Amino acid sequence: MTGVREPFVHPYIPNAVPAIKQAMLAEVGAADIEEFYADVPESIRLHRPLDLPAPMRSEAALARHVGGLLRRNVSTRDTLSFLGAGVYQHHVPAVVDEVVNRSEFLTAYAGEPYEDHGRFQALWEYQSLMGELLEMDVVTVPVYDGYQAAGTGLRMAGRITGARRLLITTAIDPGKLSKIQDYVAPVHDVIVLPVSPDTGLADLDAVRTELAAGDVAAVYAEAPSALGIIDPALPSLSRLAHEAGALYVVGCNPMSLGVVAPPAAYGADIACGDVQPLGLHMSFGGLNAGFIATRDEERFVAEFPSRLFGVVPTEVEGEYGFGDVAYERTSFALREEGKEWVGTAAALNGITAGVYLAVMGPQGMREIGETIMANTRYAMERLAALPGIEVPYAAAAHFADFAVRFTGAASTQEINDALLERGIFGGAALSETDALYCVTEVHSKDDIDHLAATLKELVK
Amino acid sequence: MRLGLVVNPVAGLGGRVGLKGSDGEAVQARALAMGARPRASERAALALTELRSRLPGDAPPILTAGGPMGADAVRAAGLRPEIVYKPRRPTTPADTVAAAKTLAPLVDLLVFAGGDGTARDLLDAVGSSVPVLGVPTGVKMHSAVFGVSPRLAAEAVAVMAARRARLIDAEVMDLDEEAVREGRVTARLHGHLRVPDVPVRIQQRKTGSSAPDPAAINGIAAEVASRLPGPDLLVLGPGGTTRAIASALGADVPVMGVNALRAGTAVATDLPADRLTELVRSGPSWIAVTPIGGQGFLLGRGNQQISPEVLRAAGPDRLLIVATEAKLAELGGRPLLVDTGDDGLDRELAGHRPVITGRGRSTMYPIH
Amino acid sequence: MRTAPVSVSPADARIAAKPPLRRFHQASWDEPLLFELSSPGERGVLVPGPQVPLDDSLPAGLRRQDPPGLPELSQLHVLRHYLRLSQENLGVDLNIDVGQGTCTMKYSPKINDQFVRDPGVAELHPLQDERTVQGVLEIIYRLERMLAEISGMDRVSLQPGAGSAAIYTNVAMIRAYFAACGELEQRDEVITTIFSHPSNAACAKTAGFKVITLYPDADGYPDLEALKAAVGPRTAALLITNPEDTGIFNPRIEEFVRVVHEAGGLACYDQANANGILGITRARDAGFDLCHFNLHKTFSTPHACGGPAAGACGVSEALAPYLPRPTVEFDGGSYWLNDDRPASVGKIRPFYGVIPNLVRAYAWIMSLGAEGLREVAEIAVLNNNYLMKKVLEIRGVSAPYAEGRRRIEQVRYSWAELAEDTGVHSEDIGVRAADFGTHYWTSHHPFVVPEPMTLEPTESYSRADLDEYAAILAEVAREAYEDAEVVRTAPHNSTVHRVRPDTLDSPETWAVTWRAYRRKILGE
Repeated sequence: MTGVREPFVHPYIPNAVPAIKQAMLAEVGAADIEEFYADVPESIRLHRPLDLPAPMRSEAALARHVGGLLRRNVSTRDTLSFLGAGVYQHHVPAVVDEVVNRSEFLTAYAGEPYEDHGRFQALWEYQSLMGELLEMDVVTVPVYDGYQAAGTGLRMAGRITGARRLLITTAIDPGKLSKIQDYVAPVHDVIVLPVSPDTGLADLDAVRTELAAGDVAAVYAEAPSALGIIDPALPSLSRLAHEAGALYVVGCNPMSLGVVAPPAAYGADIACGDVQPLGLHMSFGGLNAGFIATRDEERFVAEFPSRLFGVVPTEVEGEYGFGDVAYERTSFALREEGKEWVGTAAALNGITAGVYLAVMGPQGMREIGETIMANTRYAMERLAALPGIEVPYAAAAHFADFAVRFTGAASTQEINDALLERGIFGGAALSETDALYCVTEVHSKDDIDHLAATLKELVK
Repeated sequence: MRLGLVVNPVAGLGGRVGLKGSDGEAVQARALAMGARPRASERAALALTELRSRLPGDAPPILTAGGPMGADAVRAAGLRPEIVYKPRRPTTPADTVAAAKTLAPLVDLLVFAGGDGTARDLLDAVGSSVPVLGVPTGVKMHSAVFGVSPRLAAEAVAVMAARRARLIDAEVMDLDEEAVREGRVTARLHGHLRVPDVPVRIQQRKTGSSAPDPAAINGIAAEVASRLPGPDLLVLGPGGTTRAIASALGADVPVMGVNALRAGTAVATDLPADRLTELVRSGPSWIAVTPIGGQGFLLGRGNQQISPEVLRAAGPDRLLIVATEAKLAELGGRPLLVDTGDDGLDRELAGHRPVITGRGRSTMYPIH
Repeated sequence: MRTAPVSVSPADARIAAKPPLRRFHQASWDEPLLFELSSPGERGVLVPGPQVPLDDSLPAGLRRQDPPGLPELSQLHVLRHYLRLSQENLGVDLNIDVGQGTCTMKYSPKINDQFVRDPGVAELHPLQDERTVQGVLEIIYRLERMLAEISGMDRVSLQPGAGSAAIYTNVAMIRAYFAACGELEQRDEVITTIFSHPSNAACAKTAGFKVITLYPDADGYPDLEALKAAVGPRTAALLITNPEDTGIFNPRIEEFVRVVHEAGGLACYDQANANGILGITRARDAGFDLCHFNLHKTFSTPHACGGPAAGACGVSEALAPYLPRPTVEFDGGSYWLNDDRPASVGKIRPFYGVIPNLVRAYAWIMSLGAEGLREVAEIAVLNNNYLMKKVLEIRGVSAPYAEGRRRIEQVRYSWAELAEDTGVHSEDIGVRAADFGTHYWTSHHPFVVPEPMTLEPTESYSRADLDEYAAILAEVAREAYEDAEVVRTAPHNSTVHRVRPDTLDSPETWAVTWRAYRRKILGE
């Protein structure tokens, strides 16, 4: 039983009140709602109720039911977590939550730049804030996520150069690679150049060889890479790409850009990535937004699938308005038209990132970057000092993520199981022996010391 | 902006009383005897009234011809006429031509009120020397030079006055009304006038459409090019889209007439039917056509050079129909029309045929 | 002791009835751009300092040289700026949002927003041991089963981020299916209709297919003869929305599916417009092989200024091997993530889906149940036909196609008659509606229906809401006929005034970011 007195009207359906329903039917001149379904043939009518669970009609019952399910989850609020690998645990300032939980933002959608002016301004400011962080003049409205941003960024490079091959030069997450390969399949070949097993760094000789073979649309690198490494070769890759007539596409973690140079500073033509670290709760991997940024040159702007918002004057002096950048594309030879698609993507997540950057400011972004890098280095040193544990790529600079290798008898899974018993989420497994650990500004020195002490016991 | 107006006072006379068109004194006399009222002046006045409400500040004087050829309409709209041409009474088509010729060098935009016949007269008088816009009043608009209604024509004028319109070529169709009354229908593409095109202010796109490319010409050209084996002949019928395809392929072809390309170069231009038939018979050939005029005719109005012989020589699979999605949308669901003069061929061509709308994109559109 | 003044009576305290149309004015703060509020030295939040030595392993060439040009504001000022901006929007919670047709702007229950803020959702890391996330895995699994029942399909994936992503996923699965049976090279065409969502064409094209678009017949139904002319050995799939964006249900949908199947192609059902047919008819029963839902439309997750949203793909068993991975499985005891799916199209997005919206959709369905969903559909359809009757009483508007027939959940109207009579366009009317506290959406391009307006009431609005909306449209239409100027120069009571958009069309003058504006426009 639902625990609600029958008959009833559902709170979400005002016109279900029988008297209203009847009056409306009468006004429309219909005897029955069935009349409206006249075009639906009998042969495809469902003649039974949907077989769904009995509903929780009272709000209290619903809250209890869903709350019960949520309580079966153990969150990182209650557990020390060293998980990263694409989704990062950062403190979300309360102001950020306050703004993006406003239902005025939550329930707005696609009005004009008049009655939805606030949304336009918030999104344009997000574009602008990211532009400052990335040092690029054109930033899209958010796309679904960082995977999509990489896929679209690479296809843009393909459309601009007309070439076929894409070179992946730094360590890449297998899930992201899978998405890229699927997404570019109709028009591109993806060549993955494995990083050096000793250093985790890009193999420049292999890059040179592949570039010499020609027909390369883009050289793709990530900063940090999927191993958390900031590769010293990032500027060289830019030179190599451009010498071969290819574009340089760099995926980056925007959280690092307070201390790490943005891709534009070392020659990237297209920058992309995911804004999840900037104020978005991890949500089991459910809150992402991808960004793509370029210089303000027509040949790049012409290739964005999504529309871009620009700021304009209105009829009243001193008043800001917004609108879509729209223009007749000049001819760029017989290039295939149709730039992928535009759909509802992740606008509010972009606004969230904007509020975060506004609240952090340049100082905050520098300080948090310094703290994260300091913590990462400290964690690497503490773990590397333990017998049975190696940090194989420690020579390189890292941001947040770093690879750890267990050289003893226990496998990564066994170690993680044991850590779990002790109330710790260990790093994501990369293989039987390797894991990717992650520290951010939420980890204190004590947390890292505690991890080291616990692991010391487990790998004995 | 200096504005000119010429009204064809008898345009639209024939329609309401069931006569086809209004050319010729005899027809006009019959129409008036049947109770027809001249509507052209009224419609012109309506357009001017709308224009007045849209233009900021004092309305400028409007250069025009005297009496029923413009001055009456200007006064009726509460504006000041500046008469530069005095017509004979009663007026004749020669007056329309003379008035237009007088006005053309004096104005930035020449508005006319009339039908296809008046549009033809304007073309003969001024060619593309001055931008032109038609206020619709005539019986049936085959030409593409008219605003949708008097008020929307006024909008186009206002937009041009604000310097926010671009100019495009619009087809002027020449329908032989005598032939129509005798049961024969023929039309020629008479030429093109330059008209202001009101830009579509594309409303903010909410979801799910690819970035807009209203022209999509490059895509259409790329698709056409991809279907042609290298050395094959490509015959291009007249029309804005086909001309733009030639341009995109790198060939320079004249505005009018049927042209032939091979490997991106023009090999023959403005071909008559017999020469075209020869050319098409001499090797594998493809024919690209696009709807021209305001009625959606694909064959038989304005491109009769692409005769039944030519079509049969090329073969039905080699007929490429091209049109932008915007152009098809303008048809509002009406089918494309063919009238080659060969009933059998018309029947063969009828039905649903693919229309190329972009690279890798086509539409199954009904042809009648 | 107080004594009342002698001269007042109850009549003086009486407040007159409100006029028929509210005297609305939107919040208008004349708020500067964030960057203009910057005050050097102000801090919005302080972050933990390092308790360990700073790291200097970054090579010099990769260190940020200059601080990023972000504005500096104190905490209150950031909050205030954005709260002011939040007031300058008209979302579902504030306006009678029946004008955004095809978007299904229904009420997003606030209780569901509370769930997603719970640490049991918000603070979960996707790579946590499965034993620690059984609750959220169960929600995903149960939602998949419920959507399978609602669509009649065998398996569901909740990984796509939104409707277009779901369409793309379906097309990717179609591609994988034909690749597996060796027919992909032969089958390179996808068929769709002009009134289906444009993403059907765009996603198919992105995935490498050629696209054939069908125009409607004279009645506005998808043209069966055109379909028969279009199918053949090159056909991979039909991608079709039903009812279409005109609100018209295709009564021959089964035949459409049959024609495509006979040609060896697959049938894929875009169910963006499912709100009027929940519990009435199902994708599988019409013979479809795949379908998708937009959770932010039919299933109440909020539109959030344009996402995050969520999409659901439903497939028959034959296509299940190609589903994105991992899938969520249940072994009778616990839930687990299955990544061992060799034929999968791979990952559509990072991890498993837009989890907060999956939780919301789950809660919404659980609140309503089968009967509730049926009621949702029926009232949405009643509301739409009721609104249509009132709208068609307005001079200058028409509902093209299907003359005299009922619609399902939305209608695409045309203001062509009003435009011809008055020179006022549909866009102008929509903008003037903002002066009364609402708005509407016209149509996707190209405008096959001229001067379009697409309205979709959903089940969330009351009769009084619908009456008010129709009254607003009637008033603006009257103004178009009697005082066109006020409509053309609208808005007058909104947050800002008419924009001057010409500079958006030229590379020299468009400014997508503040830094571009300073460089190009201010010359700094």
